[in-house]
Amino acid sequence: MSARIAGIGSLALAAIALLAFVPRLGNAYYLALSISLLQYTVLATAWGMFSGPTRYVSLATTAFFGVGAYTVAVLGEILPWPLVLLIAAALGAMVAGVVGLSTLRLSGVYFVIFTFGLTELIRQLVVWFEVNKSRVLGRYVFVNITQADIYWQLLALTAAVFLLGWLIARSRLGFALRVIGEDETVAKHCGINTTFAKVALFTISATIMTLVGAIMAPRWTYIEPSIAFNSMISFQVLIMALLGGAHRLWGPVLGAIPLTLLFELLSARFPNTFTIILGCIFLVIVYMLPRGVAGLFERRSAPSAKTTQRVTA
Amino acid sequence: MSSDGGTPVLAVNGLRRAFGGLVAVNDLGFEVALGEIMGLLGPNGSGKTTALNLMSGVLRPDAGTIRLMGQDIAGLASYRIARLGLARTFQLVRVLDGMDCRENIRAGLAFQKPHLTAAEAELRIGALLARVGLAGHDQRPAADLTYIDRKRLELARALAAKPRLLLLDEWLAGLNPSELAIGIDLIRSLRADGITIVLVEHVMSAVRALCDRCIVMSSGRKIAEGLTADVLSDAAVVKAYLGGVAADA
Ligand SMILES: Nc1ncnc2c1ncn2[C@@H]1O[C@H](COP(=O)(O)OP(=O)(O)O)[C@@H](O)[C@H]1O
Ligand SMILES: [Mg+2]
Repeated sequence: MSARIAGIGSLALAAIALLAFVPRLGNAYYLALSISLLQYTVLATAWGMFSGPTRYVSLATTAFFGVGAYTVAVLGEILPWPLVLLIAAALGAMVAGVVGLSTLRLSGVYFVIFTFGLTELIRQLVVWFEVNKSRVLGRYVFVNITQADIYWQLLALTAAVFLLGWLIARSRLGFALRVIGEDETVAKHCGINTTFAKVALFTISATIMTLVGAIMAPRWTYIEPSIAFNSMISFQVLIMALLGGAHRLWGPVLGAIPLTLLFELLSARFPNTFTIILGCIFLVIVYMLPRGVAGLFERRSAPSAKTTQRVTA
Repeated sequence: MSSDGGTPVLAVNGLRRAFGGLVAVNDLGFEVALGEIMGLLGPNGSGKTTALNLMSGVLRPDAGTIRLMGQDIAGLASYRIARLGLARTFQLVRVLDGMDCRENIRAGLAFQKPHLTAAEAELRIGALLARVGLAGHDQRPAADLTYIDRKRLELARALAAKPRLLLLDEWLAGLNPSELAIGIDLIRSLRADGITIVLVEHVMSAVRALCDRCIVMSSGRKIAEGLTADVLSDAAVVKAYLGGVAADA
């Protein structure tokens, strides 16, 4: 067992070391594409960390991404970069804590709708604040950060997220989340403080999403609420995680990579019908691959057809 | 029984819970002494499951107190009550279908303090599997188990927490005669471990074999209480059951 862990660990380290050389290739297009790939990998993995075990479908990805991006737009010029990231993470965690405490008692579809509404609410708040208090609608992002810097930061974040996810899965908190996902009533009767467990993981996941938004912000030179809070991100991340399979730590990346490439292609070729295509892809995934790509890999070693069926039903 | 001097494991007083206009549990009161098996009887819809839900924190009482080892737990969150030593099974069996038998039992003990070491936990899980008759099913997904084995697994999960008080909601229902005999022996053996039990049951042979005392509910109210043999021959009890469940199984 520990030999296997060491094996996977050194493989992962080697992969990261190799990936760190991408900016050295000197190809701006590949670098931009790699940034997108990492961005969605982290977002989808973070989404799956919470939604995989609990089966709560969150559409709040955009909200946290936007909070991160806007923090940079406001503070990026004034404060040193590490401090900006720290403040962004703290803000994201705070919003997530408040939202989690007030919504994680909701179940199923109410939670989905609330998280979607939350994004809109935060965006409107930002718009209101900018128009009435700061008297601007957009902001220029003047920070001294190159595309390569963005890439390296995302790569480090990717590594951190997988390490964190692995540690959580092995922890008592990770096990608690799985029990909650199976049966919340039973979880409570097993002595699990379900509210705490859910809010904790929701906050961890949201903090990571906020950091992605903050790291990505310098990519735009100009930010306004509709750019930072683009709800398409929530849907894309959801689709990626579902395609890959959110019940495994390594599942969402299997969806994030092919779909980022596909979306890149589609949004360039069919900018007007992109949303419709996105919807169709979503339907196909839900019907054809209810357990995602990760589910395909598991089929061989699946304990029984019956279990698989039950979980998919 | 509480006249023995010790604090009762469970003491319920003036417990009430209504759903809209329907008073499912009405001014319910009783005590259960250490090591006792108390039968909670009554026709369908008389409020037995609701009473268990109030004790285990699934529902909040409208009024009344519930003391577990002297501490009032009425209205506490389920997880707090569970950590204070109350475990239960459900009338409709609830096991964690996506997990194997070992993990199901681990769920029962992983969140109890003090935490066991991994090695201790694994030993305990193995012992519990054997105790409920699931030895060798360690890696079996709970979803693949037969009905009786699901019941066994659910009981093992409840026992994993080393409860002081165990609430069993029709745990023996639906078992065939030989399974029933095994089940009765199993529950009896729990008493020997010092576990106090409240047994909601329709199977009268089991009630006679296991319960020291019984209370009988009808339309949310307690209509009889006493030694099992006396209660089962009580005229009011027989009347409450008429048209409901057969008086003997
Ligand atoms: N959550 C609930 N909401 C509304 N009514 C309920 C609820 N739970 C139980 N009841 C009602 O309370 C009464 C008692 O039910 P229950 O406690 O399940 O009885 P028993 O377990 O004795 O068969 C029934 O009339 C039932 O319909
Ligand atoms: Mg019942």
